[in-house]
Amino acid sequence: MHIAEGFLPPAHAIAWGVASAPFVVHGVRSLSREVRENPESTLLLGASGAFTFVLSALKIPSVTGSCSHPTGTGLGAILFRPPIMAVLGTITLLFQALLLAHGGLTTLGANVFSMAIVGPWAGYAVFRLLRRYDVPLMVAVFFGAFVADLSTYCVTSVQLALAFPDPSSGFPGALGKFGSIFAVTQIPLAVSEGLLTVLVMRLLVQSSKGDLTRLGVFLTRKQARTEKAETEAVAR
Amino acid sequence: MNKNTKINALLLVVVAALAVLPLALGLGDGEKEPFTGADAQAETAITEIDPDYEPWFSPLYEPPSGEIESALFALQAALGAGVLAYYFGLRRGRRQGELRATAGQERRGAGGGAEEPTVRKA
Repeated sequence: MHIAEGFLPPAHAIAWGVASAPFVVHGVRSLSREVRENPESTLLLGASGAFTFVLSALKIPSVTGSCSHPTGTGLGAILFRPPIMAVLGTITLLFQALLLAHGGLTTLGANVFSMAIVGPWAGYAVFRLLRRYDVPLMVAVFFGAFVADLSTYCVTSVQLALAFPDPSSGFPGALGKFGSIFAVTQIPLAVSEGLLTVLVMRLLVQSSKGDLTRLGVFLTRKQARTEKAETEAVAR
Repeated sequence: MNKNTKINALLLVVVAALAVLPLALGLGDGEKEPFTGADAQAETAITEIDPDYEPWFSPLYEPPSGEIESALFALQAALGAGVLAYYFGLRRGRRQGELRATAGQERRGAGGGAEEPTVRKA
């Protein structure tokens, strides 16, 4: 999903940068608050960032005969909520832009918007929605990560189609073109990412139940409600 | 192998199968360059749509060869995998330490409280 350096016209590059900046600033605030209030989270934060690092470095062949990579942002979004993932995703994208010439500084805003903002929010929303209807935890984790991955690539397709509408068929034609390059390739990879996220979540449930409980990962709708009532009762 | 480990192993096998099947089935055979990156394909598509488009900025640093690029990608994956392994190893060690500590306490509790201070010092 990395739009290469210089491959977005300046106006688009600036617009996506302006759109992304507030999310990242808000994310930095949430991140420093989380570290200050729950220093024991630091390790798990590191692990979530590390998961994104590993997954976005893995280029995997897909059914379309091309290669792409997962994003790894669903896990952190489910654990720590999307704002924090905006920061961790941006760090990963910066690493790749500066050292690997993969993505770029001028396209950083657009890439952050797709991978570090829309992906985590979409994945988190799906995860919460499924949990609200008492869908089993691991099923919700799978679809959360799947959607985080796939939505990222859909956004990239839209970004490119906006910047380069097809001369004859316009925006829809270009969207079809970029969508077939990115989104279709991504479907099996999103399944892989969902399965890997389930695997890591299973290991976390075994090893860090206390942290997950504190972060509210296990909460379903009913539990969230009683918990809220309890905290209100305590406050009173 | 207990049930948990089996499920985890199965998850890894499915992920591996999803990655290998496109190669094994030769799904890239019809392509000019099989299994190129989707990112690079998008660049080609851009130049098809707008042949006059010139990238207006180039990367500050570009790995001088494919080998160095793959080394940096491997570094990225290794950094991530290292931190993940550290996390899970630390957790496992802590849990085992806690289990041992509680087991030790129970033993001490059963053997009478007199020797407790020395045990704690050790």
